[in-house]
Amino acid sequence: MARKLPATDVVIVGLGWTGSILAHELTEAGLNVVAIERGPWRDTSSDFPVTHAQDELRYHIRHDLFLRPAQETLTFRHNARQTALPMRTWGTFMPPNGVGGGGVHWNAETWRFLESDFVLRSHLTERYGEKFLPEDMTIQDWGITFADLEPHYDKFEYLCGTSGYAGNLGGQKRQGGNPYEGPRSREYPTPPQKQPFGPTLWAKAAVESGFQPFPQPSGNLSQAYTNPLGVTLGPCTYCGYCEWFGCGNYSKASPQVTILPVLLRKENFKAQTLCTVQRINTDSTGKRATGVTYIDSNGEEWEQPADLVLLCAFQLFNVHLLLLSGIGTPYDPNTGQGVIGRNFSYQVTSSVDGFFEDKNFNPFISSGAIGMCIDDFNGDNFDHGPHGFVGGGYIGAVQTNGRPILSTRGPAGTPSWGAEWKKAVAQHYLSTYTTVTHGSSYSYRDVFLDLDPTYTDIFGRKLLRMTFDFHENELKMSQYITDRLADITQKMGPKVMEKHPRKGPYDVNVYQTTHTCGGAVMGDDPKTSAVNRYLQSWDVPNLFVFGATAFPQNAGYNPTDTVGALAFWGADAIRNQYLKNPGPLVHA
Amino acid sequence: MGKRASTAATRRRTLLAGAAAAGFLGLFTRGNALELQGMPAWDPLSGPPPDIVKPGPWQFFTAEEAVAVEALVDRLIPPDPHWAGGKDAGCAVFIDRQLAGPYGRSEGLYMRPPFDDTATDRGPQSPFTPAQRYRRSLAGLDKHCEGAYAGKSFAQIPDAEKDKLIGALQSGAVALEDSSGRGFFELLLQNTKEGFFADPAYGGNRDMVGWRMIGFPGARYDYRDWIERHNETYPRPPVAISGAPQWTPRQG
Ligand SMILES: Cc1cc2nc3c(=O)[nH]c(=O)nc-3n(C[C@H](O)[C@H](O)[C@H](O)COP(=O)(O)OP(=O)(O)OC[C@H]3O[C@@H](n4cnc5c(N)ncnc54)[C@H](O)[C@@H]3O)c2cc1C
Repeated sequence: MARKLPATDVVIVGLGWTGSILAHELTEAGLNVVAIERGPWRDTSSDFPVTHAQDELRYHIRHDLFLRPAQETLTFRHNARQTALPMRTWGTFMPPNGVGGGGVHWNAETWRFLESDFVLRSHLTERYGEKFLPEDMTIQDWGITFADLEPHYDKFEYLCGTSGYAGNLGGQKRQGGNPYEGPRSREYPTPPQKQPFGPTLWAKAAVESGFQPFPQPSGNLSQAYTNPLGVTLGPCTYCGYCEWFGCGNYSKASPQVTILPVLLRKENFKAQTLCTVQRINTDSTGKRATGVTYIDSNGEEWEQPADLVLLCAFQLFNVHLLLLSGIGTPYDPNTGQGVIGRNFSYQVTSSVDGFFEDKNFNPFISSGAIGMCIDDFNGDNFDHGPHGFVGGGYIGAVQTNGRPILSTRGPAGTPSWGAEWKKAVAQHYLSTYTTVTHGSSYSYRDVFLDLDPTYTDIFGRKLLRMTFDFHENELKMSQYITDRLADITQKMGPKVMEKHPRKGPYDVNVYQTTHTCGGAVMGDDPKTSAVNRYLQSWDVPNLFVFGATAFPQNAGYNPTDTVGALAFWGADAIRNQYLKNPGPLVHA
Repeated sequence: MGKRASTAATRRRTLLAGAAAAGFLGLFTRGNALELQGMPAWDPLSGPPPDIVKPGPWQFFTAEEAVAVEALVDRLIPPDPHWAGGKDAGCAVFIDRQLAGPYGRSEGLYMRPPFDDTATDRGPQSPFTPAQRYRRSLAGLDKHCEGAYAGKSFAQIPDAEKDKLIGALQSGAVALEDSSGRGFFELLLQNTKEGFFADPAYGGNRDMVGWRMIGFPGARYDYRDWIERHNETYPRPPVAISGAPQWTPRQG
C-alpha cells in the first residue's frame, strides 16, 4: 500500500530539461511544485569536475551517467512479425537518468525547425499533391505554427545563451546566417563559437560550390553569458568532451547551469531524487488525474497527490507511463485507431569520411556543437519533385570530438587488428575528417510503441516495446543528401573519400542519436493526437505531456530547441489560460 | 565506476542537513532518496574519480589465462620499433581489472530471461557476462590449441600461427567449445583497443603510448589557444587524469 503524502499544486515527473523549465515557470506563478526524479542529484563541481570529466571509457564506453537497463529498458523489433527482444545494453540511443536529464550529457546542437515543418502535411500536399506521399506515411500538422512558437524558441535560447548568427532577423535575410530559417525576433544571445580547421575548410568548399554555409547554433558558449534568471555560464574551452559527458566548465547549457541554482532556492519548490514514478493516478471517472505513485530506492511506495500532473520524463518514458496508467487509447496498427504509441519517429543520420595526406585537423579540439553547415537540403528547402522522396536534413562539418577509442580508424580495407591496423590508425588519426548529415524521420502506420507481452522491469512493469525500421523514403533521402555532402567534401581534397548513407535495416547496436520522437503527439484532432496544441491531454485535462513525445514526426534537426520552446509554450498556456479556468483549453 | 560510486548517494543523504531535511523527510524515510530544497551541500566525492589501477597480481585471470591473454593482445596490437604492443601497453592488465569489476559482471545491464541468443539483429542477447565469456572462451582456446598444435598452448606457438588462428576465429572458420569463436574475437578486440586508448588510470595505455602514437593530447581541458591555429601540430604532450610523468618528480 502506498503511503499518502501531503497534496501539492503541481507534481512533475522527471527533472530534466522540460521538468526544470516547467518547475521554474510554475513556481514563478506562485504554485507549490514537487518534482520526482528517477536518477540521482548531479552538479558540476561534484559530479563532473575538470579533474576527471574527460574520461572516454567511463562516460562514453561504459555509459556512467545513463539509465541502467537493469532498472528500466525497452524491447525492440523491426516489424510486427518479429518477436521483440530487450535492449540489454544501450547502443542506438542512450536514455538519460538523473537531475538535468539529457541536458547534462547532450551535444547542445541547438536548432529551430523550419516554418514548413509545423504544417508538414498541408505544405507537402499543396506543393506536390497527396499522391506524392507514400500511402502508409502518417505525417501530420502540429496544430501550431512557427510564428506561435517563435517567442518561446527565443526564451529557450536566451535561457541557454545559445551561440550563433541570425540568418533571418525579423524577415531580413543576413549573409553569414542560415538563409532558410524562419524569422527571428532578435539576434542570438552570444556570437558563434570559433571554428577549427575542418569546418573552415569545408565551408570554403561549400562557398566554391555556390552555397551559403553558416555556423551551427551551439549551446556550448562562445563567451561568458548571464541569462535572464541571473545565472552565469562560462566560455567553452573546446575540450571535446560534450556528448555523453557532463561539462566541467559551466559552459554547456544544461538545467544545472541555467535554472537549477535559482529553482532549488525557491521555498515553493521541492525535488525527490532516486524515486521512480510508477503511474499517474486518475479518479473513478478516468478524466481527472489525482497525482502519481512512485517507489523510492528502498522499494517503498508513495502517493503524491496533486492538482496538476506534468509528464516530463523524456519521450520514451512519457509514452511508457501513459500506457501503464491507461490514459488515452493505445494505438492499434491494424486499425490505425488509438493515439498512445502512434507516430513514433527517430532521426536519419549519415556521414562521409575523408582521408587526407597533407592535413592536420586536430580532431580533439572541438565542442559538441561547433561546425559549419548548409540547410539547402533540409525539409522542403529544395524541389523534391524529381527525387521521389520527401524530407531532408542539414549537412556539414560538425567537429564534436577526437576521442581515440571510438574515433581511430583507417580507410576501407584496413584490417581491424595487427601491424597494418596499428600503422593505419597512427597515420590517419589527425588527418581524417568526417562530415555529416542530420536527416528527418517521418512517421508511418507500422512504426509504433506499445507494451511488451513478455519482458518486465525491476518493478514488474511491462517494458515498453518499440517496433521500428527505416522506410524507403528515408533511405532515399539519406542517399541523396549524403551524395550532396560528398560533392562538397570532395572539394576539400581528400585522397580517399567514403560515403556512408544510412542503410536498412535499422541497427540497434550502433549509436545514431537519442532523438526518439512522437508516441503521444500534439494536434487539432483527438483521433490523431494524444494532446492538444497546448500539450494538454485530450482525455485528462489536468495532465500535460512535455518533450519530443509531442512531435508528429521528426524534422532534419536535433530536437531540443523545439522541445524547450514547447515547454515554454505549454507553461505560458498553463499560467495564462489554464490556471484562470482549469479545464480543457481546446474543445474538440 | 569505482566502488565508491554506489555509496555516494547514501553519503549525500547523510550530508543533507538543516531545515529542508527536517521538514517532511523527518516524517518519512525514503531510503537513499534525497529531498532537495535549497542547494544541496557540496559533497566533494559524490562523483568520485576512478580508482587508479595498481600493479600487482591478476585479479580475474588465472596465471595460465593471463599468459594467453597477453599473447593475444600482443598479436592484436603487435609491438613495433616505435610503439609498444598490447602486452607492454598493459592491455591484459586493463582487461583483467575490467573483468574483476562491474563490467565483468554485466552490472547494470538487463539480464532477465528469456534469452534468445540465436537472434543477431536485435542487439546483444547473451545470457553470459563478459567474465563468463572470457573464462569459457579461454578454456576453449586452450583445448583447441592442444589438439591443433601438439599439446602447445596459444602463447607457445609461433607468431605466424597465432595470427592465422586469430584470423580463423574472426572469420568463424574456427569455433571454440562452449563459445562462439567470432564472438570472443570481437569482445577481445574491443576490450584490447579500449585498453590501448583509455586513460592509463584503468591499467592500459601505459605511459600514454596509445595517445602518443596517434597524437592525442589526452585529458587536457582547454584548447582556446589552438582552435584557430589551423593545420598546425598541437605542441604539448598528453596528460592523463592522474597527471603526467613530468609533473611528478622521480623518487630516489
Ligand atoms: C547523448 C545525447 C546527446 C544529445 N545531443 C543533443 C543535441 O546535440 N541537440 C539536441 O537538440 N538534443 C540532443 N539530445 C537530446 C536531448 O538531451 C533531449 O532532447 C532533452 O534532454 C529532452 O528533454 P526532456 O525534458 O524531454 O527529457 P530529459 O532531459 O531526459 O529529462 C527527463 C528526466 O525524467 C526522468 N524520468 C524518466 N522516467 C521517470 C520516472 N518514471 N520517474 C521519475 N523520473 C523519470 C529521467 O531520469 C530524466 O532525468 C541528446 C541526447 C543524448 C542522450
